[in-house]
Amino acid sequence: MKALTALGQLDARYDLVVVGAGPAGLCAAGKAADLGLAVLLVDENPTPGGQIYRAVTCSPLGERALLDADYWRGAELVAQFERSPASYAARCTLWSIEADATQPDGAAFEIGLSLDGCARLIGARQLILATGAQERPFPIPGWTLPGVMSAGAAQIALKSAAIVPAGRTVLAGCGPLLYLLARQLAAAGAEIVALLDTTPRSHWLPALAALPDFLRSPYALKGLGLLAQTRRKLRCVAGVSALAAQGQGQLASVRFERGSVAQTIACDTLLLHQGVIPSVNLANAAGCAHDFNPLQHCWQPRLDGWFVSSIPGIAIAGDGAGIGGAESAALRGAIAALGVAQGLGGIDPARREREAAPLRAALGRALWGRRFLDLLYRPALQFLAPPQDETIVCRCEEVSAGQIRDAARRLRVTGPNQMKAFLRCGMGPCQGRLCGPTVVDLIAQTQGRTPAQVGYYRLRPPVKPVTLAELAALPQTEAAIAAVLR
Amino acid sequence: MFKTLSRPRSDAVGARLAFSFDGRPLSGRAGDSVAAALLTNGVVVCRETPVSGAPRAPYCMMGVCFDCLVVIDGVGNRQGCMLPLRAGMRVETQHGRRQIEEPR
Repeated sequence: MKALTALGQLDARYDLVVVGAGPAGLCAAGKAADLGLAVLLVDENPTPGGQIYRAVTCSPLGERALLDADYWRGAELVAQFERSPASYAARCTLWSIEADATQPDGAAFEIGLSLDGCARLIGARQLILATGAQERPFPIPGWTLPGVMSAGAAQIALKSAAIVPAGRTVLAGCGPLLYLLARQLAAAGAEIVALLDTTPRSHWLPALAALPDFLRSPYALKGLGLLAQTRRKLRCVAGVSALAAQGQGQLASVRFERGSVAQTIACDTLLLHQGVIPSVNLANAAGCAHDFNPLQHCWQPRLDGWFVSSIPGIAIAGDGAGIGGAESAALRGAIAALGVAQGLGGIDPARREREAAPLRAALGRALWGRRFLDLLYRPALQFLAPPQDETIVCRCEEVSAGQIRDAARRLRVTGPNQMKAFLRCGMGPCQGRLCGPTVVDLIAQTQGRTPAQVGYYRLRPPVKPVTLAELAALPQTEAAIAAVLR
Repeated sequence: MFKTLSRPRSDAVGARLAFSFDGRPLSGRAGDSVAAALLTNGVVVCRETPVSGAPRAPYCMMGVCFDCLVVIDGVGNRQGCMLPLRAGMRVETQHGRRQIEEPR
């Protein structure tokens, strides 16, 4: 692996640029490079691993048992990538992808990169986007108060800085990560005063139909054991139907409802989690078509059997292609790389099929049990479309659920893009990452439409911040200069 | 508020670094993000929103939420969770919109 630390060290074009150094990106970049392609892996973080393997090569955690063996196995993925001839640019943000038909030697895309305050445009014949997933937004009254964070944030803090919340900590929401984190934090010395489980009771019956597949999946036993262990050691409240964070200027307590009973718990930190959803901003801005997945209740890109999107030359691998977990991400990255290698002539179709076959079989097994988790842990509607009008939905522009419902009802907005023009929701720096899903659900609920009918934000580059100074310093082509000079 | 684990740390533990927050001298660890260093030092609020002046703090710790925006060495709109702490960093609460720095 060739580590690049300045933009000037990058080539002007690559066969393949892979975005994101999580399990999918590491496997895709390594495999493609091993198959003979000129590959560049870019990632905005200082070290590889994405979020699931965050800081796996440099974690300050001394007591390894605090994190699962699954986490530490990520180091092997990194080591495998480092043995490949791929180039790797850390702390490098990719902020745009544009089709470029003018490149003379067949590069199909022009991508914008930023590193250390400098920007540069380079060419890529093909791309694999492996930007992974993000926490599903969890809008409750008071969720913008200092002291409220996502569960993933606490796990990142534990892995990368070996720190845990001080004071009384409450976890709330649903999904396996919530229980995993509760156990990890408690073992690391955090004071977990309660775990408030919002898993809808009504989901158990339909989920049972998918139970057999779940039971033969590798993580069934682990998951059930974790659940039992956590319930024994911590105060767990099931069937929570409403949540609110309270405090003046910072979190002081959590109020929750369980049936007709309401209770308040004093606390210093509230960690929210209700599953993860694909990070769609880059693929959306690149023009890739997305569909709404009603089972997982999230948007995901439209992909073919080799994970190629609706834009030929752009493939999407890992959780960004659809939530499946770290093991499936690595396999999808490898399969996508085989597809790219064959497309660029590095390997023939027969070899592509031969090498992909065992990967596909393993991928099928890795996804056993997914359906059970998806059916059981799909959030209740009140946590997707908050009923309390004062709940902030767009954190950046401070637009409330009441304002959005009002615009959906009175102004009959056609979708989130028109909503944005009226209310500014989605115009802030996060580019709709924390409000988009909620806005869609609120419009859908108010107007009696489905999320698929309502649609999502139409995103445009830059998908991450880049300064005017960086753009102004970009070298300009003759054609670009001629286009503006008279 | 976050606290450091009291257990032994690995060889990857970095050196202590001196930095400041709103003029207060603080200590952090090389390898931590600015956001992690602030949280470990008991900093509760890192910015006030441009829309209403509401207090905010880091939420996602992975560069998605943009609630960890702080002023670092006079430059605003820096995502604390995406930047590694450096010795001598001057970190400040961002009050509202970023103030564009005057050219020197």
